[in-house]
Amino acid sequence: MKQEENISLGGLKTGEGGIIISKLDDLLNWSRLSSLWPVGFGLACCAIEFMSTASSAYDLDRFGVIPRNSPRQADVMIVSGTVTFKMADRVKRLYEQMADPKYVISMGSCANCGGPYWEHGYHVLKGVDRVIPVDVYVPGCPPRPEALIGGFLKLQEKIRTESIMRPKALEKLMKKDAV
Amino acid sequence: MQFEEIKSLIEKELSGSVLGEDLISTPKALLIDSSQIKSVCEFLHTHEKTYFDSLSCLTGLDNGEEANTMEVIYHMYSIPFDLHLTLRVALDRSKPTVDSVTDIWKTADWHEREAYDLLGIQFKGHPDLRRILLPDDWEGYPLRKDYVEQEKYHEVKVKY
Ligand code: SF4
Repeated sequence: MKQEENISLGGLKTGEGGIIISKLDDLLNWSRLSSLWPVGFGLACCAIEFMSTASSAYDLDRFGVIPRNSPRQADVMIVSGTVTFKMADRVKRLYEQMADPKYVISMGSCANCGGPYWEHGYHVLKGVDRVIPVDVYVPGCPPRPEALIGGFLKLQEKIRTESIMRPKALEKLMKKDAV
Repeated sequence: MQFEEIKSLIEKELSGSVLGEDLISTPKALLIDSSQIKSVCEFLHTHEKTYFDSLSCLTGLDNGEEANTMEVIYHMYSIPFDLHLTLRVALDRSKPTVDSVTDIWKTADWHEREAYDLLGIQFKGHPDLRRILLPDDWEGYPLRKDYVEQEKYHEVKVKY
């Protein structure tokens, strides 16, 4: 109650507020991983689980995950379902339309490796990683909502260790030069 | 009206068009001469005793190299008389061509496109015979018995 009064009186501006000191990396990573907005689109049965993950029962919002309807406003793409070759071109284009930094969660066996269509599905892309880079694979056919949430937590873990100062690829290159 | 009655009705009007019948299929089927299928459909659609106003389904079928035929199967229904009927035509497998029935039933449009897309059956007189499910630049017709998928599509490997 007191704090609320403080804020409404502009108390924080008078120097009574605290200061938090952090590393820029940590601040950026924290802000990125706390509001992962996925492009809202679904491809097959897995999309149903994606939808139920976003429903009140599993409440994806509590992780700051809110589906967006435009790839331009999204940070992460959830490939939820069977990617046909016809769709693969579109998925790739959607990915290219997203602004950096961007991430991809491949949800379900179909997106991971072709799923039940791996052998006779002439029209199915055998893994979405053949057209776009994937950060996290969520196994299952379909994965339960808990599994998809697990995928998001995994992605958050990955983002937490990122750094703007030392791109991983460069580090590797430099290591090679040293040898 | 019974199946037999419909059969004799067609035979009286278009002699030689009925090549046989298949009583096991549901609904019972008449095998029709492929060159006369359009007139038979037209006749069944307009005749006051049949009035088959609804084409429930149109299917393509490949019987394989041994039989060397393809088929088009028409499932029709008459709403006012509650009649069901199947018509089947056999086509030459090397050059499957048949008259389109889109001017009789508009619903045949997409069904025929599907049969063209997956089996390569040509429908003469179709207003817009393009692929409907597969991408336009797909090679081959996947539901043919001897279909082999292409190696790559847009530089991506097709096989697992
Ligand atoms: S992985 Fe299973 S549930 Fe998911 S889209 Fe494929 S077939 Fe459907």
